Amino acid sequence: MSTGAVSKEDLTAAAANTAAVSTVVEPAIAIKGATKRYGTRTPGATVLDGIDLTVAKKEFVSIIGPSGCGKSTLLKLVAGLNPITKGSIAIDGMTPEAAREIVSFIFQDATLLPWRTVRQNVVLGLELEGVAKARRNEKADAVLHLVGLAHVADKFPRELSGGMKMRVSIARALATRPKVLLLDEPFAALDEMTRDRINEDLLRLREEQGWTALFVTHSVAEAVFLSTRIIVLAPHPGRIAHDLAIDLPFPRTEATRGTPEFERYIVEVSRALRGVSAR
Amino acid sequence: MKRIGINLATSLFIFGGLLLVWQGIIWLFTLQPYLLPSPLRVAQSVVENFSSLMTSLGITAVEAAGGLAASLVVGILIALLFAQSPWVRKMFYPYTILLQTVPIVAIAPLILMWFGAGLGSVMLVTFIICLAPIIANTTQGLISVDRNMVDLFLMHNASRPQVLLKLRMPHALPSIFTGIRISAGIAVIGAITGELFGGASRVGVGGIGYAIQYASSQLQTDYLFALVLAASVLGFVFFFITMFLEWYFLHQWHESARSLDEE
Repeated sequence: MSTGAVSKEDLTAAAANTAAVSTVVEPAIAIKGATKRYGTRTPGATVLDGIDLTVAKKEFVSIIGPSGCGKSTLLKLVAGLNPITKGSIAIDGMTPEAAREIVSFIFQDATLLPWRTVRQNVVLGLELEGVAKARRNEKADAVLHLVGLAHVADKFPRELSGGMKMRVSIARALATRPKVLLLDEPFAALDEMTRDRINEDLLRLREEQGWTALFVTHSVAEAVFLSTRIIVLAPHPGRIAHDLAIDLPFPRTEATRGTPEFERYIVEVSRALRGVSAR
Repeated sequence: MKRIGINLATSLFIFGGLLLVWQGIIWLFTLQPYLLPSPLRVAQSVVENFSSLMTSLGITAVEAAGGLAASLVVGILIALLFAQSPWVRKMFYPYTILLQTVPIVAIAPLILMWFGAGLGSVMLVTFIICLAPIIANTTQGLISVDRNMVDLFLMHNASRPQVLLKLRMPHALPSIFTGIRISAGIAVIGAITGELFGGASRVGVGGIGYAIQYASSQLQTDYLFALVLAASVLGFVFFFITMFLEWYFLHQWHESARSLDEE
């Protein structure tokens, strides 16, 4: 009896040990053979075909590709907002649905609730998770301070510019202290100056908080500036055509955009993008 | 605010002009008072019959407000049901349209026959006429929520009640007010229609519709005019109360109410 108990304890200890080890090496996002098909009969309705992608912790990976390559769909699959047809996706070892507590999603538009003030918008995630009011307001103010919007906490979204709205959206996403950030072309509607500045702030926040990012964009310059890696998708059906590392040093600033290395990456990614668009 | 003042002055000026034309027509064609009473006679009639006019106005106001309030509560509840699934909507929505297309003047006598004359029956008529706009607009507001907003709530593991209370309901508020505005306009008409088919069982204690019927049978055309005027004023008051509530609840964040702010 006693030996049995010991061996059981050993097994538990061993299991715990494996778990501890596996969380260390566990990638932030592991996508294996992800396929998305709409309908069952028409083969043309395959949006994504056998995507294999592993994102390590603290990586900033951009997905870029011509329209119809399914990049937004891929992001929705990772968020668990759209059911996968075949293959598997794991976030920190969990299913996308189970991982929502450590994931935040930033949408194409700011998706702020117009009837709530900026602060009330930022606390939304904490409120839905049942965090006490005083505590969540405290957190909201802290994160609003981080994105430089402490002075508009009591304003309504309609009183803000497009860039400020997007900053509020970022603040809301960060308020729940996510480990993984999914961004679906969030800055497409902003003017270039605002976009550049928000890009710089995003990298600064990442430096401070250390989340992993999966970022969908149309803009080559934005992708190069932000990413440690760029995935180029080819369309019809969506599949990975290139996996390019961006080895620009951090911290990246305004000055980074003027360097010859930056230019070289722009040319490289643009060429890759043109290659998959031509067909 | 200055513009509102100017608008008010213009409106009053036009009103004065209309009264003059009215009086002019009577002088020009020497019309009998029972065909077209002069503005002055109408004003006199208001003073003479002031207490019964106010009683009628009060009764109609209560009926219209009661019917409207009931339609608001029931209409929103039905809309909440409709918002739950497209299936429920498909099955029951045609009946909402039916509710709107059935002529109220045809239904009113039936209701009065079934439930007897009185406040309750007239409220029921008002309720029926007010219901469809509330259901239609509220349902529209509840289901027209941006897909990304719903996804945002899902990303935070929001429950169905949370999505309903914190997203769909506030989002539907402007649409609900559109429904209320439409229904407030027709509530007074509904009440008067109900009264025309037997709003009261005793003389002098009915609402405006009842008094209109009585005055016309007695050829009291001046009082009839006073009643029509009172009914219009009541409709106006309903409209302005709704406008005020809409402004009060929406002006901080909604564009439609904001335009009122800037006038």
